[in-house]
Amino acid sequence: MAVNRMFRTCPSTGLVYHEPAEKLIRWNAVAGVVSLLVGGVLALLVILTRWQAVHLLPPDWFYLVLTAHGLDMLVFWIIFFEIAVLYFCASTLLRCRLATPRWAWAAFWLMIIGALVNNVAVFRGDSSVMFTSYAPMGAHPAFYLGLILFAVGALIACFVFFGTLVIGKAEKTYNGSVPLVTFGAVTAAIIAVFTIASGAIILIPTFLWSVGLVDHIDSLMYRTVWWAFGHSSQQINVAAHVSVWYAIAAIVFGAKPMSEKVSRTAFFLYICFLQLASAHHLLADPGLTSHWKIFNTSYAMYLAVLASMVHGLTVPGAIEVAQREKGFNNGLFEWLRKAPWGNPCFSAMFISLIGFGFLGGISGVMMGTEQLNLIIHNTIYVPGHFHATVVIGTTLAFMGLTYFLIPTLFRRELMFPGMAKWQPYLFGLGMSGFALFMMGAGTLGVPRRHWDMSFAGNALGYEFPGTAYLMMALMGICGLAAIVGGAMYLLITVGSVFLGKRIETPGFAHVRANDGVAPAPQPIAVAITSHGSNIGTAGFVAPGTLTLAMVFLIAFVLYYFVNWKYLSTVWPLS
Amino acid sequence: MSAISPPTSRVWWKQPLDRVEGTWIVIAFVWCLVMFFMMPYWHVYGKQNLANEAYRTTPEAFTAKAQAMVDKFKVREETEQKIPVVHPPAGSDVYLIARLWQWWPMLELEEGKTYRLHLASMDWLHGFSLQPENINIQVHPNYEHVITVTPTRAGTYSIICNEYCGINHHTMASRLYVVKGQ
Repeated sequence: MAVNRMFRTCPSTGLVYHEPAEKLIRWNAVAGVVSLLVGGVLALLVILTRWQAVHLLPPDWFYLVLTAHGLDMLVFWIIFFEIAVLYFCASTLLRCRLATPRWAWAAFWLMIIGALVNNVAVFRGDSSVMFTSYAPMGAHPAFYLGLILFAVGALIACFVFFGTLVIGKAEKTYNGSVPLVTFGAVTAAIIAVFTIASGAIILIPTFLWSVGLVDHIDSLMYRTVWWAFGHSSQQINVAAHVSVWYAIAAIVFGAKPMSEKVSRTAFFLYICFLQLASAHHLLADPGLTSHWKIFNTSYAMYLAVLASMVHGLTVPGAIEVAQREKGFNNGLFEWLRKAPWGNPCFSAMFISLIGFGFLGGISGVMMGTEQLNLIIHNTIYVPGHFHATVVIGTTLAFMGLTYFLIPTLFRRELMFPGMAKWQPYLFGLGMSGFALFMMGAGTLGVPRRHWDMSFAGNALGYEFPGTAYLMMALMGICGLAAIVGGAMYLLITVGSVFLGKRIETPGFAHVRANDGVAPAPQPIAVAITSHGSNIGTAGFVAPGTLTLAMVFLIAFVLYYFVNWKYLSTVWPLS
Repeated sequence: MSAISPPTSRVWWKQPLDRVEGTWIVIAFVWCLVMFFMMPYWHVYGKQNLANEAYRTTPEAFTAKAQAMVDKFKVREETEQKIPVVHPPAGSDVYLIARLWQWWPMLELEEGKTYRLHLASMDWLHGFSLQPENINIQVHPNYEHVITVTPTRAGTYSIICNEYCGINHHTMASRLYVVKGQ
């Protein structure tokens, strides 16, 4: 079987696309965006039901729609897009042919079939078990089967990614070490293998239980193993969107990592410790000891939190250094003021970074603390937190990357560029308000996954304070703003990809690697120095970023201890 | 040159740390340690810690214990379903059943007294959510969780379910009374 070695070079970015890889990246990205469209419509319905004044859907539909929303967004949208990112980081960034395109297509179709089977099971109406599908509550066997097929496809795609790295090394398409962004993608893929293995360990027995071949699934065992899959898949997202941050900093500013050593070590800490975080979900459960909970929820003394705090500094730090070297060297924040705020690629990435850190990060560490979890567990604070991490963090970062990919990968001009300029702001700020008000309602005890917080007609119902209803209404309004932002993204993306003006390059052709791809540059063996000493102040090359980081730290410390103070006022428990 | 190309120099790991990065890593690491030590600290000096005491049980065994408590200490019945309200003696073992879609029975506790509260589910997962105190605990089938709890303020409290448990999840709510001691 002949190996396809045809490549094209993007005239504006200089990136090199392998013909089969290009097609696969496109199709995976498109499948992701279609899932986002479905999930977005469902999101609108969920918002309009939980906004108590509107209360749109009846309970059976609400629980069905919420289940489908979780799966389409958290699993299908994000993982399809992540597979596209993995192929891009391996094949395109290493200027290397993609390993076994046929297997990659098999993976793609398995994922499509899995996603369809799972969605059909949910929309039939007998599998409204939520994203988490906690046994012994059971779903239709097709629900689990769909997830298993999807996971097998994703696993194959991860191995295509690893295979591509091997080919790049063997065929010497690059010299020295892989780029930092590829390194981050490797981190994501390693975590993905762990995640999918955990998913198999729990979903296969649950599938067998649903068809009657296994007679008992222990609820605590299910939660423990399921979260090794459920939370770890969020860690794939973290590793992937941090890589996307670095990529966008590099694309927009030509930013160089402040130090390869620090950024790569931080990714390595993710591999070692991030998975322990799944214990966060079990803090309010019986049968697990405090020792186990403390060690695991602290990710072994918060070493993975440390890694995120490092990335949170080094990504804007790299941008600051690049900007200062370009001459924006005055004061603390000239580099940031003069950043291209009208470029949606950059604004999406920066809002993603700030929102992930301030809203998602701080709230996540707070509620992941063993005792503090008691006042948060299963309240609507929890979805508030993860919409900040997964939507502002991951989805918005991926949206930013899309604006870069449309011209270079799909070779189309961006439609509605004026709208694109505003899209990240509307989506990012809408989502920030949405997450924040959910957290506010959660601290007042409003439960998550709940159709009626007013307990209408229930003699024993609880009357939530008026503030809780206000918070939910504000959540609804901000949620609608985010929905409009999301719809703008879909309009721009779908419009550009299918109807956008083609970018014609004279003499365009796919050419064989030997003829078309320049030899990989050799790394230089010169002595290494740190950054130029003529930028920044007082020996700090990125003083503005350090200032922002200190603001972050102060917010973190205050919020953390405010919650301890709050905890100390509730009933003593032991 | 940038993060999307291979590092320009082969021995990139020898590049010295920038002062910005070094400073931040030290500060962040110290903060991480503070957060880590807060959890054991609270076990020693704090008053709100979730109990580690739990046993395997069965719905039948747990129901029997709850029924025995109701038979002994029932003071009245409430609502059309005649849910018993029990007033067990201070310091005793009290039982609360979670099932689709009800908490059973209703407890009446005395302010400032300590009780051993046993929680278990008869069927699926449930979430014990005490409002407006906002104490939230996961309730499993076949596990009996024993929580030592001291209500500090008299009043009528609500227990709602905050773990999704099927189509009538949102109807699962009950009361907990805290009264001044005699």
